[in-house]
Amino acid sequence: MLEVTGLHVAYGGIQAVRSITFHVNEGEMVALIGANGAGKTSTLKAISRVIDAVGGDVHFCGEKISKIAPHHIIRKGIALVPEGRGVFPRLTVAENLAMGAFLRHDKAEIALDQEKIYGYFPRLKERAAQLAGTLSGGEQQMLAIGRALMSRPKMLLLDEPSMGLAPIMVQKIFEVIRIVAAEGMTTLLIEQNAKLALESSQRGYVMESGEITLTGESASLLNDPKVRAAYLGE
Amino acid sequence: MKKWLNPRSAFGIALISVALVALPFVAAMGGQAWVRILDFAILYVFLALGLNIVVGFAGLLDLGYIAFYAVGAYAWALLASPHFGIHWPIWAILPIGAGLACIAGVLLGSPTLKLRGDYLAIVTLGFGEIVRIFMNNLNAPINVTNGPQGITLIDPVMIGGFKFSGNTTLFGLTLSGPQKYYFLLVALAILVIIINLRLQNSRIGRAWQAIREDEIAAKAVGINTRNIKLLAFAMGASFGGIAGGVFAAMQGFVSPESFSLMESIMILAMVVLGGMGHIPGVILGAVLLSVLPEALRYGVGPAQTALFGKQLVDPESLRMLVFGLALVLVMRFKPAGLWPSPERKRELAEKKA
Repeated sequence: MLEVTGLHVAYGGIQAVRSITFHVNEGEMVALIGANGAGKTSTLKAISRVIDAVGGDVHFCGEKISKIAPHHIIRKGIALVPEGRGVFPRLTVAENLAMGAFLRHDKAEIALDQEKIYGYFPRLKERAAQLAGTLSGGEQQMLAIGRALMSRPKMLLLDEPSMGLAPIMVQKIFEVIRIVAAEGMTTLLIEQNAKLALESSQRGYVMESGEITLTGESASLLNDPKVRAAYLGE
Repeated sequence: MKKWLNPRSAFGIALISVALVALPFVAAMGGQAWVRILDFAILYVFLALGLNIVVGFAGLLDLGYIAFYAVGAYAWALLASPHFGIHWPIWAILPIGAGLACIAGVLLGSPTLKLRGDYLAIVTLGFGEIVRIFMNNLNAPINVTNGPQGITLIDPVMIGGFKFSGNTTLFGLTLSGPQKYYFLLVALAILVIIINLRLQNSRIGRAWQAIREDEIAAKAVGINTRNIKLLAFAMGASFGGIAGGVFAAMQGFVSPESFSLMESIMILAMVVLGGMGHIPGVILGAVLLSVLPEALRYGVGPAQTALFGKQLVDPESLRMLVFGLALVLVMRFKPAGLWPSPERKRELAEKKA
């Protein structure tokens, strides 16, 4: 469904992503793991067109999307949950969710989706009228995921959903991520928390200094001695 | 809109309308100077609401807003004065002025699209000054703006055969020029208030809010941030252009001096002090900040004489001192503005808690 070929990202002279190639199949959850500075977020930003790639192509459902405007990405069906959550702090929770459906006009369906998201995250329903900026980090992450789902995407890009969160919150959020994936959502998950990411996904790619160094089934990556040594602290 | 229909709101609106109609006659008792002060207060309401679109709604800190006011004023001055011998009617000039200001807004806005906060403020400040300096120097080789001398003998507003300068007697009631302009300005101000209210609750208004809050997230939900930002600049600038046109006609004279950086800062102060993004707050800020310095001009001198028996401090400098102190106090005790929007108020309250 998503095909990334030879993607190259550089900031000035610094090569952040060196010509990587990977793909995500329909209905699959794929994890892209790696240490800080490996180029994971740059990859995601390039796919979602927040930054320009130096080279390479990205195809989504057979269509080239590596040159389109960033606000068109969501029209193609790709929803990004940005790093550091990126909720609209001075809008309420409900307004944030409504903003996720900015491009949609089917009011009744939007209301249904909102209820669905409140079903995933009952905490958001309790706080529907609260300003997003006053939520805890975990709640903001829930909101960011909820907002992305409000666009009814074909694919979800998650940038470090566990970052800076209490373990209990991480558990809750990943529960929902797994449920959404089990319902058939194609997902690309970027994580530093390699164990969690590999446990939730079907396949994984390991990134190191801008290159993909390992790839395989998540279960086998979890048992790979190199992965265990480098990312699982063994 | 339903809120407007309940009896309490209807009563409030009726009360405000009566007050608005009575105001210029009450002010005239203190002399026509007071009516002119009122005129300027409404003109500033208009300007502040225009800037509120850019600063309050879209969150783009614009320190060169006065440039668009200048463009509108010069458009009127050049197209309705003996300077070029052109005397076009208001129906032609006002849209041209608004259109030119709109184009200026887009031109000045487009290079700044990637800038935010302080950087945007500095660039727009520069643009504002460039426009003023242009007006100041565009008297050679071809005399377009008549340079620092400015343009004089500008036509007043004429609608049909009705002239807005000089006295007119209507139904046995004598209206002075400033009083007539007052009603024109109030009509324009009501129009801009309605446009502001409609914008705030529209899709565009929500897109502006999103950009103000988080630009990357705004892109991620599918907002064309470039166009929406340019739209904010263009709309704000158009309002500035209209205000400028009326200003030129009302004064009968324009010169680059009227469009200094200080004016931009004053208008921004009106928006911030009143309550950024909150329409009633911005109106309050504009009225207070335009009337207060004038009221102090007339009040400070006599007050000193009454208190100390003589003039201790030059009233002109004292009034700015008092004015400055008032600004500092407001920012200290009302950091969200005098009349902030309920959300902003709640946000500050939640932060404290």
